[in-house]
Order: sequence, then C-alpha cells, then structure tokens
Amino acid sequence: MLDISGLCKRFGGLVATDAFNLAIAPGELHALIGPNGAGKTTLIGQLAGELHPDAGTIHLDGADLLALSPPARVKAGLTRSFQITQVLMQSTALDNVALVEQIRQGHSFRFWRQAASDRRLTDPAMAMLDRVGLAPRAHITAENLSHGERRQLELAMALATRPRLLLLDEPMAGLGASEAAAMTALLAGLKGQLAMLLVEHDMDTVFALADRITVMQNGRAIASGLPDAIRADPVVRDAYLGAP
Amino acid sequence: MAETPRQIAVLALAAALFVALPAIAAATARPDLITLGSQIAIMAIAVAGLDLLMGRTGLPSFGHAAWLGLGGYTVAILATHAAQGSLPPWVTQAWFAWPAAIVIPAVLALAIGALCLRTTGISFIMITLAFAQMFFFLFIALKAYGGDDGLSMRRRNALPFIAPRDDVAFFYVCLAALALVLFGLRRLAASRFGTVLDGIRQNERRMAAIGLATFRYKLAAFVLSAAIAGLAGALHVNLFRFASPDLLHWTMSGELMVMVVLGGLGSLWGPVFGAAAMVLLHAFLAQWTEHWQIVLGPILIAAVLLARRGLWGAVGGRRRGASGGRA
Repeated sequence: MLDISGLCKRFGGLVATDAFNLAIAPGELHALIGPNGAGKTTLIGQLAGELHPDAGTIHLDGADLLALSPPARVKAGLTRSFQITQVLMQSTALDNVALVEQIRQGHSFRFWRQAASDRRLTDPAMAMLDRVGLAPRAHITAENLSHGERRQLELAMALATRPRLLLLDEPMAGLGASEAAAMTALLAGLKGQLAMLLVEHDMDTVFALADRITVMQNGRAIASGLPDAIRADPVVRDAYLGAP
Repeated sequence: MAETPRQIAVLALAAALFVALPAIAAATARPDLITLGSQIAIMAIAVAGLDLLMGRTGLPSFGHAAWLGLGGYTVAILATHAAQGSLPPWVTQAWFAWPAAIVIPAVLALAIGALCLRTTGISFIMITLAFAQMFFFLFIALKAYGGDDGLSMRRRNALPFIAPRDDVAFFYVCLAALALVLFGLRRLAASRFGTVLDGIRQNERRMAAIGLATFRYKLAAFVLSAAIAGLAGALHVNLFRFASPDLLHWTMSGELMVMVVLGGLGSLWGPVFGAAAMVLLHAFLAQWTEHWQIVLGPILIAAVLLARRGLWGAVGGRRRGASGGRA
C-alpha cells in the first residue's frame, strides 16, 4: 500500500536520505531500525509532509503523497506519532482525543454548539481512550499525566484519525520496562488492523512485533527482510546489531 | 471554561456597577462618569476581540488599531457624505452604518490576514504593525477626511427609540453591545471552532499532524477579531462624535495589547477588567498630573509582574491546571 521509490533528501553536504526504497503491504508492521543519524526521523518527516524530498516518489495506494499537504495526507490515511510527545498539555486526555475526532468528522466552522457536551465527539473519543487503556484518566489534563500515559495519549490521538498507515516514531522513547511492555502489547493488539511503520531502538520490541524489518544506515536501506533473516545478516550485525 | 465562585461574584458585581452607573452618576452629580463607562465598555469590546486572536489562538497582532480606526472612520465618513448630500441620509442610520463599520474592516482583514498569517512570531508582529501604520499614514494624508485634524460628525448615528443626544441611552447601547460580544465569544470559546483555536495555540504542529489545515482557522479568527474591533471603533467615534487618526496609531495597538495582558490572556472576561483598569488609570492620572504616563508605566509593569495571569486570574485565585475541562 505504501511505495517509496528513489527518495533523496540532502541538508547541505549531508545526505539524509539516499535513493531510499521501501514497500509496505496492507496490515503489515514494518520496522525501521538503524543507528542514530541513519535518517529515520528525516524519512518520517518526508512521509508526513513536514519535509519535502529533493527527488523520488511516495505513493499511498497509488495516490501521490508528495502533492498533498500534511493535513491532506492525514485525510488520505497516513498519520504520524511523535518521538517527543506532542499533545495539548492544557487539555484533558478526553478533550485531546475528542478534538481529533472533531477534525476527522469534517470542518470545524461551527461557532455555537458546545463541543465538550457533544456526544458525537466524546463517545468515540472515550472508546479510543479505552482502547489504549487510558479511560480511567480521561478527565486529567495532559500536563498532569505521567510520561507513559502521555505516550498512550499520543497513540490514541494518532489512532483516532483512523489511519490506514500509522508512522510510529519511537513509541517506546523514555518508557520504563513495564510501560514499554504494555505499549508493546498494545501495538501487538493493533497488528493486522492497519499497516504500521515502526521506528524504534528497542530491539526486543522490534523483533517481537515486526513482520518485516528494514535496516537503514547513512540514508540507505542496507538490508530488508524477515526478522530472522535480518538477525542472521552479517552486514547488519557489522553495522548495527553488534556481535551476538 | 468554568469560572470560580469568586470570579462569578466579581462578574456579578461588575455587571451591577455597570447597570447602576447612570444612577450613581446622577446621585454624585458626575455626568462624566457616563462617558467613562461608555469608554470602558467600548474598549472592552475591542480588547475582547483582540483576546480571541492573542489569548485563544496565540497570534499577537500588533496592528489591531487599524480595525478600530477603520470602523470608526467608516461611520464618520458616511456621516460626512450624508451631510454634504453626496450620499442619501439613511447611511447615517445605525442599522446601515454599524454593519458597514463591521464589514469593511472584516473584508480588509481577510486580505491582509491572508498575507500576515504566512508569517509567525516576530515577523507576524512586525507585519501587522506595518499594515496598521499604512492605514494611519493613509488617513493622515486624506485631507478630504480631515487629515491629521481628524473628522468630526455632527450627531450620532440614529437608532430607533433612542434620542441621539441622550448619553445615558448611548451608554446602555454600548453596554448591550459588550454583553452581546462577550456572550457570543463565550459560546464560541467552547464550540468546535473555539477548541480548534485552542489547539492551534497550544501546538500547531500537532494540529497539522492530526489532519487540520490550520491556516483557514487562523484567518477566520483574524477576520472575526477585526470585525469586533470595527464595531468598537464605530461606537468610539459615536461616543465622541469625532474620528481621530490617533485611533489608528500604533500606540493604540500597543494599548490594546496591554489591556489584553493586563486583563489576563485568553480569559474571556479579563478584557473587561483590563479595559476598565486602563481607562480609569488614564482618566484619573491625567487629572492629577500632566505627566501621567510616567506613573502609568510602573503601575502596568507591577500589575503584569504581580498578576501573571492578569487581573482576571488574580480574581480567580486558583492556579492554572487546577481546574479540568476545556479551559
């Protein structure tokens, strides 16, 4: 469903993305791994539309994504989550998700009716919070949530856009062991319902979840395949995984 | 948007004071209080409109005087032409002149906002200032409309059932307009539109990442706040029967911003208190000394430093975040 072909992005002399190719099938969880500075976040930025590539194409189910603005890409079915949590800190968890639901439902040029009491927004938002395990904390403002809970909220907001492809930029960042395990279980529960591109440093998570793995180094895909093949690949072990 | 009990009490007190002001003025033989009250209500309208932009959407416009002045000049210019006979007399009726004073700034704000909103931060502040100064110099140069002497209008715009020279009636008209604007903005704050503006202020990048094309909402807020300022301008010129180019000057934009911050950013009711504090300080310090601005400055600095969330926040007495819900 996602086809990236010949993607290039340079920042001055630095080549962040170098003739990068990637294909993701519907429902697949594809992990993208690689050392710091390999160009993973730059790639996410280009997919989401915050950065524009110098060359190459990105298609989602045949539609040319490069012609679309970041909000239009969300409408087309591609949503990103952020490595550094980007939620509305002064709003409650429920309001954060209800706002996403509101935007998904269409334009927001409605000036009179009160949004907080609109069950067409709060009901689906509450269901989404329940899905990520945050329902008991729905009425807490985001600034008073723990880091782990904010990561759950971040995921709930991304899911509430009902993406067909979800870009997960290090969802485990900063999580403790038990929180990370809970997040892994959550992502495992989503598998098959939508396609995901998972950028993650935590190798236990990656090998537990991924259907396929692409290894990135210096902006290039140096290996791509099934987890077992990646684990056994001598090039990858040299570059990234280290000696067993 | 829940007000604390103390805030509700203060609001009720302020409303009662406003409504009773003509009686107080009559009892103390101080008819100038009526003018002062009208001035507070009018400035509060403009400040509430600016707060929609600054406090709710996070767009610090430094050119809001433009809309105030354009609204004001609209009614004064219509009155001038009607007096000369080049326009029919009904253009001085409030039902025509006031909507015109709202629509003209709004239409110009649509075009100018579309340009200004391509920028953010300091650039946005500077470009809004530049556009407002452009209007200031335009009206200074327009000799047909008084140039730097300003433009007076012989009588106020005619309203049904109200005598044009009745200052008390006009005060109540201003008060009703303020109540209407505040009520509308309060509804708007918790509407779908208002929650989107809130989200843009808090994290615009996130809003784009959940599929919101933010530009059109920022532009709508810009136009709406200009329209509200236009109404305030029309009332201001009616109050004094005089359109001064000072209405368009950048210091007026600055004063409006100060009143927003003084009242409390994004606080909805704060603008009333910010405007009241400013107008009253202005009036009483000016009576006391010619160098009143030397005194006003330190008072404003102290107020902003001591009450970080503005007068309205100080009245509330609770820290931000203590209350849940859509703030």
